[in-house]
Amino acid sequence: MSWTHSFWLRLQSLFLRSRIPQRLDDEFQFHLEQQIAENIAAGMSPDEARYAAMRIFGNTTFLREQTRDNWSWMWLENLFRDLRYAARTLSRTPGFAVVAILVIALGTGASIALFAVVRSVLLKPLPFRDPSRLMRLYEHSPDGRFPYNSSAAGVYAQWQQQNTGFSDLAVLTNGFQHYGLSGTGGQLPERVRASECSWDLFPTLGVTPALGRVFTSADDQPSANATVLLSWSLWKRRFGGDPSILNQSIHLDAKPYTVIGVMPPWFAYPAAGVQVWTPVHHEESPNRWQELDNHRFIVVGRLKPGISPAVATQELSLITRRLHDGHLDNPLISTAANSRPLLEAIVGDIKTPLYVLFAATGCLLLIGCLNVASLLVARGAARRKELAVRAALGGSRWRLLSEQLTETFLLSLAGGAAGLAFAFAAIRWFVATRQDISRVEAIRIDPIVVAFAAGVILLCAVFAGVMSSFSLQGDQVLSSLQESSRSHSAGRSQVKMRKWLLALEVGLTVVLLIGAGLMLKSYQRLRSANLGSITQNVLTMHLDLPGAKYSQPIQRLGFFEALLERVRSLPGVQSAGFTTSVPGEGYPGDRVFVIQEHPPLPIGQSQYVVDYWVDPGYFEALGIPLLRGQTFDQNQRLDKTNEVIISNSFARQYFGDEDPLGKHLLANGGRPYKIVGIVGDTRVEIAEPVLPIFYFPLYSGAERGTVLTVRSRQDVTSLALPIQQIVQELDAELPVSDILTMDQIIGKSTLDASFNATLLLAFAVLSLVLAAVGLFGVLSYIVGQRTSEIGIRIAIGAQRGEVLRLMLSDGLRPASIGLLLGLAGGVAASQNIRDLLYDTQPLDPSVFAGVAMLLLAVACMACLLPAWRASRLDPIRALRNE
Amino acid sequence: MGKPSDLVQGTLDLLILKTISTDPKHGWAIAKRIQQISREVLQVQQGSLYPALHRLELRGWIKSKSGETETGRHARFYSLTAAGRVQLEKETANWDRLSSAIDLVVQTA
Repeated sequence: MSWTHSFWLRLQSLFLRSRIPQRLDDEFQFHLEQQIAENIAAGMSPDEARYAAMRIFGNTTFLREQTRDNWSWMWLENLFRDLRYAARTLSRTPGFAVVAILVIALGTGASIALFAVVRSVLLKPLPFRDPSRLMRLYEHSPDGRFPYNSSAAGVYAQWQQQNTGFSDLAVLTNGFQHYGLSGTGGQLPERVRASECSWDLFPTLGVTPALGRVFTSADDQPSANATVLLSWSLWKRRFGGDPSILNQSIHLDAKPYTVIGVMPPWFAYPAAGVQVWTPVHHEESPNRWQELDNHRFIVVGRLKPGISPAVATQELSLITRRLHDGHLDNPLISTAANSRPLLEAIVGDIKTPLYVLFAATGCLLLIGCLNVASLLVARGAARRKELAVRAALGGSRWRLLSEQLTETFLLSLAGGAAGLAFAFAAIRWFVATRQDISRVEAIRIDPIVVAFAAGVILLCAVFAGVMSSFSLQGDQVLSSLQESSRSHSAGRSQVKMRKWLLALEVGLTVVLLIGAGLMLKSYQRLRSANLGSITQNVLTMHLDLPGAKYSQPIQRLGFFEALLERVRSLPGVQSAGFTTSVPGEGYPGDRVFVIQEHPPLPIGQSQYVVDYWVDPGYFEALGIPLLRGQTFDQNQRLDKTNEVIISNSFARQYFGDEDPLGKHLLANGGRPYKIVGIVGDTRVEIAEPVLPIFYFPLYSGAERGTVLTVRSRQDVTSLALPIQQIVQELDAELPVSDILTMDQIIGKSTLDASFNATLLLAFAVLSLVLAAVGLFGVLSYIVGQRTSEIGIRIAIGAQRGEVLRLMLSDGLRPASIGLLLGLAGGVAASQNIRDLLYDTQPLDPSVFAGVAMLLLAVACMACLLPAWRASRLDPIRALRNE
Repeated sequence: MGKPSDLVQGTLDLLILKTISTDPKHGWAIAKRIQQISREVLQVQQGSLYPALHRLELRGWIKSKSGETETGRHARFYSLTAAGRVQLEKETANWDRLSSAIDLVVQTA
């Protein structure tokens, strides 16, 4: 009761401000009058009485203040007053305020944005039930080349039957398959990314659908009716978000599938682009589950409670080993199993680049803080006299300090708020640009990011506050008042502090510059790596012939030939060809072979090499040079195909100095193929070393998924529409997808490298500008401080050039210290980005030397103007102002 | 009448609470009463009295009201609250304990 009563009184004092003082005045007045009356009653005259009473009374003002201190919210009033003053002082120097706020906003915004990305992608657990128990299982290839290989269906089947460590083991394809979704109701056919999965995938992950139901074991049989699950985005986009789609059928690859459910919007496994899921046992032929060597599948499992991952994996390894030993004639069966936590499996390869970017934003934030601190120290130094006067008038150190602290807090809060807004925009831009990152759909600002943001802003504020408080020298009141504004001894400690701040800033800038230089060099090397084919003005598009309509090889052949004939006759088309995959698109798959003329391989060994299926005109279309021999003969069609073409590295690796032409390879089930030509090497992926490749005739009709490549002399993108029309005329239901030029394909595969390099470069340039401005500011300040000294020097005979050199060296010294610090830091930091560099050493001397020279040049330029001004000082004027 | 001795803050609170426990008084009356009953030994100056009164009011042990004196002047009258009564008993007990302890030491040591 008493607490509420007093609180009520205090509240009153806040809002009815005049009441309390008024009341006090009345009481004092009354008391005084009573005392006077008493004095008069004791016999004094009225005047005497009054004086005596007032003498006893004492200092009413002090009393009033003391009493009022009990009542009112002094600290709140003080805070408001300080805020008002701070805002007013800052608005008087808008340039400083704007610059400081911008710098803080940039630093905090970048780090908050990247923290949001790092947290959402790398740190936040997967959105599944009990995600720490989920593992991805791999096979370890027998030759050790692929320790984290996809699994074969037959091996999975044995794992599932025999294992005891996992409560669920599900299998799925990797989401790079496609179905042709037939057009309905006027919509064009579309190629959708799909994943076939076992019925227990969703229970294993612990995911329930947004609509309808997921697969049951009854759906996952070869004899069941075809069912399909839609992704949320496909449902919204293509089917209008209409719930009546349930139990309707859609046509995939010209076959009807019943829609039984829609997945929630956040679900994106195995990849963000997967639009439909179908039951794997229904889609794959039953023979698959006997295959022990066709590594196409992803296996995920949920550990039983209490079982450790190592033990469970070991058991799977044993099962795999037993399979291998039981089928020694098949050299492709793996010898062991491997596992990784599911989160790591999904995001493992973008960990390093994201952490590098995060560290870079940390550097930027630190540089921004140092810069603002330096500005604040300068500002504090400029107000020394004002503070000295106020201290002399009785202001306590705390009062003066709290006012400066309020100013820095206000700056930091404003900068932090602007930084948050900037972070919002930056996150949205990041998500839009980097759709290729796994888990990009999970990037959002959650409470932990907000807490981090608050922490970062607070850190900035505290740092700035501590720095600005150093500039306060309460005990030197007298000297501050006495000195003239140009005395040399003034502010020496402030200059030293600014120099140190600047050295640190330059050091961090150099680290960023080195990182940016290395990444840029790596990206440039990557981009200019020779793919082996012509990449200018080459258009590609994916055409997947549906199995239902093109079940016979002769149907496929008919389509290829018809399309090629019409495309080649289009005006503007220089050449065109078909392939199963283009260079730079990624690992397309491999095939086992044996060289007929060579001695047989020992049991348990095999050789396999990347394979492409191409039409005879493909090499010319893509500009792959035919080094020896010739391309496929025209009679290579259907089951009469018996020719193969090999790449240069294939010839070197498997034939050495022998002449490969005319020899035979046995492949595709022991069929003989004669080597008729050797072509130049192409890269499967631009960042990977060259692999041996062999090419089979597409006209055998064995393959359905193809890529049409078209080369033109002028702008090839103008041909996209006419070619699509031709495809439509030949087959109205055939979807065309991934229409990209070769340059765009290379751009996509180098997106990570180019993004990182560009961002790092932007950070480095920004910090270089900040450091240069800081250097300029410090040296100008020093020159101002030493004006009289310079005047004396010039007056007693120093040359202008000597003065220039003196000032330059004074300014370049912190820059050089910073450079040395930064080079040392750069050596350490570059070790961490070793994994991201392509064809570039972390300790690349040209990069380090270039950065050092750039920094010295910029530092010289920044110092030149103040030093030149110093050398041009008129000694008379300088000394007169003493 | 010797020099008025300084009063410790805690004991002033006790005196004020006791003085107004019988009936409400204004500040002047409280000071006068204390002076009277203590036979002029304890003289409370307004510099100590009013801050003490306001402090006690903040703690919720006394409450104040506007009123009229016998002579028809406006003054602020202070009276005890329920919590104040409890506090008065506590402080009285404390004072007894303290003063007897001091007596013991002074007389026997």
